Amino acid sequence: MAQVSDKVMVELRNVDKFYGANKVVKNLNLQIREGEFLTMLGPSGCGKTTTLRMIAGFEAVTSGAVIIEGEDVGNKAPYQRNVNTVFQNYALFPHMNIYDNIAFGLTEKKVKKEEIRQRVGEMLSLVQMDGYEKRMPSQLSGGQKQRVAIARALVNRPKVLLLDEPLGALDLKLRKQMQVELKHLQRQLGITFVYVTHDQEESLTMSDRIAVMNSGILEQIGPPDKIYNQPATKFVADFIGESNIFEASVGSVDGDNLNVIFETGSAEVSAAGFSHDEMVYISVRPEKLKCSAAVVPGFNIRGTVKEHIYVGSIIKTIIELPNGQELKMSLLAGTPLISPGEVVWVYWEKDSTVVLHTHEETLYNLIEQVPKIEVSV
Amino acid sequence: MNTVAPKKRRAFSRSIPLFLMVGPVILWLLIFVAAPLVYILVISFMKKGTYGGVVASFNFENYLRIYDPLYLKIFFVSIVIALATTVLCLVIGYPFAYIIARASDRNKSILLSLIMLPFWTNSLIRTYGWIILLRTNGTFNTLLLSTHLISQPLQMLYTNGAVMVGMVYTLFPFMVLPLYSSIEKLDRSLLEAANDLGAKPRRAFWRVTLPLTVPGVFAGCIQVFIPTLGYFFISDLLGGGNSVLVGNLIRNQFLAARDWPFGAALSILLIVFTIVLMRVYKHFGGSLENIT
Repeated sequence: MAQVSDKVMVELRNVDKFYGANKVVKNLNLQIREGEFLTMLGPSGCGKTTTLRMIAGFEAVTSGAVIIEGEDVGNKAPYQRNVNTVFQNYALFPHMNIYDNIAFGLTEKKVKKEEIRQRVGEMLSLVQMDGYEKRMPSQLSGGQKQRVAIARALVNRPKVLLLDEPLGALDLKLRKQMQVELKHLQRQLGITFVYVTHDQEESLTMSDRIAVMNSGILEQIGPPDKIYNQPATKFVADFIGESNIFEASVGSVDGDNLNVIFETGSAEVSAAGFSHDEMVYISVRPEKLKCSAAVVPGFNIRGTVKEHIYVGSIIKTIIELPNGQELKMSLLAGTPLISPGEVVWVYWEKDSTVVLHTHEETLYNLIEQVPKIEVSV
Repeated sequence: MNTVAPKKRRAFSRSIPLFLMVGPVILWLLIFVAAPLVYILVISFMKKGTYGGVVASFNFENYLRIYDPLYLKIFFVSIVIALATTVLCLVIGYPFAYIIARASDRNKSILLSLIMLPFWTNSLIRTYGWIILLRTNGTFNTLLLSTHLISQPLQMLYTNGAVMVGMVYTLFPFMVLPLYSSIEKLDRSLLEAANDLGAKPRRAFWRVTLPLTVPGVFAGCIQVFIPTLGYFFISDLLGGGNSVLVGNLIRNQFLAARDWPFGAALSILLIVFTIVLMRVYKHFGGSLENIT
């Protein structure tokens, strides 16, 4: 098993990408390490695909530098970069059989016939497609095409493999299976993977680190557990997993214990570095939210149970607050439920919340909100 | 919805009998396509009357006559001119179609209408236009003489070259349009993939773009090649008496020599030739839908 090294494989330095007045990527700084599985996550139009295409060389940067293995590749065409791409729609050559598709890159590099045969064979077994050499792409299922597309890229032994929502077109079950396979493949080969997706669950499953993007800005980068448990911004808290977010102001501060006040009540949270009267966001995961029939000391949030939604192993309870805000609470199946219509008091463990400064948030909101166009390949 | 639709259609076809709906079309095809073809086929096996007309006596004489070196030469020249026209159209048309297909939407419609606009003028009038350009005291010669590039006017009109110019000019859109549609359909991510895998743009063209636009190339070539054999008015006007193509030969048999049976035999041969070309085209994976 290959380990992530400290060596920086790909670096984006102050990268901007504008299409006219449309700012798709804004001052992006990112370091991707050798052997790392990095996922670029964000809603469509956030600039993640454009970023990937700038690394591949399909798009030029407006300003800033793309550095691969310490070399500025700004003036290099895609065919001069030691990276390969797995395209969203596979982009297999329809007039070539599977063998010729996988061999394409090697024939371009004028590798000897025997070596090509051997390497294509290895790749086919790697992606479990032995015996498919003579098939045409049109004869394959979506999952098989995806395997061939991965083999076609990996056969060139790239330093970095770029994957643009490669599993987007597959059904849920196959997607889950391919996620695990891709992860194993990456570990086995030790190649740097840069993986673009809008599926937050996928990113949590596969990545060493996740770079969350929104409106062309890198919101947060970090390992999945950190992204999930310690979101740096309201956007990240909201986008990754589910969150109940309260806009609150800090009432009293007692060391790390804060009393926060919001429209529908007040609560206690524990966080450092906040001052009296500051506006904050409180983010509580549904699995951390609790409710009780009696008032809990320190909390004063009154709600009404609206409905229960069964999601297999867990049950989601929706609690409506007087101002209409709906809180999501997840419970393990089998937990006694409070019947809809009953009044409950919402609370949580003090240290199970994330408290966020709002000033960063307002800063982002002040930056002009131009509609974004995600360039798809 | 899917289960309802067939029922409705059945009910509809019960209320209007099938022959009333399809009948007129079949009748039209019978009268204006099938009947003339059968007529041509039948008289191609007959004899010419002394004062024109057709004498009913079954024989293969007309077909055997085609083996005359004089007619074989006309066939040969026609095919050479048609091939040259096709190649010229392809060589000029491919880059042109490529540029249109890759242009912005606005430029695309401008370029396409530039191709289509001359089409809305009668092709006979456009061919007369070429006479004005090409004749001895025509535009081109006047220009060349006034710039002292030549001292004597060039003989441009009434040559095979003039015929080819006219053919290329008239049939150019038939080449560009199928090429355009097949280049347009080409998924750009395939070219990006080729680039990504180490192919320079030129290599990507030969390995990906060209093979994938072969249907367009075939369709365009067929649509240029076949009419070139038959467009007698172009070789009449621009080739004068010096250029006799199959089309002219057939026209002459019907209108000048009044030898309908021989003209019919030549027509049948041309039709058979066309059908063979279409079979070849289909054999190489061409779709007849590309030919519109």
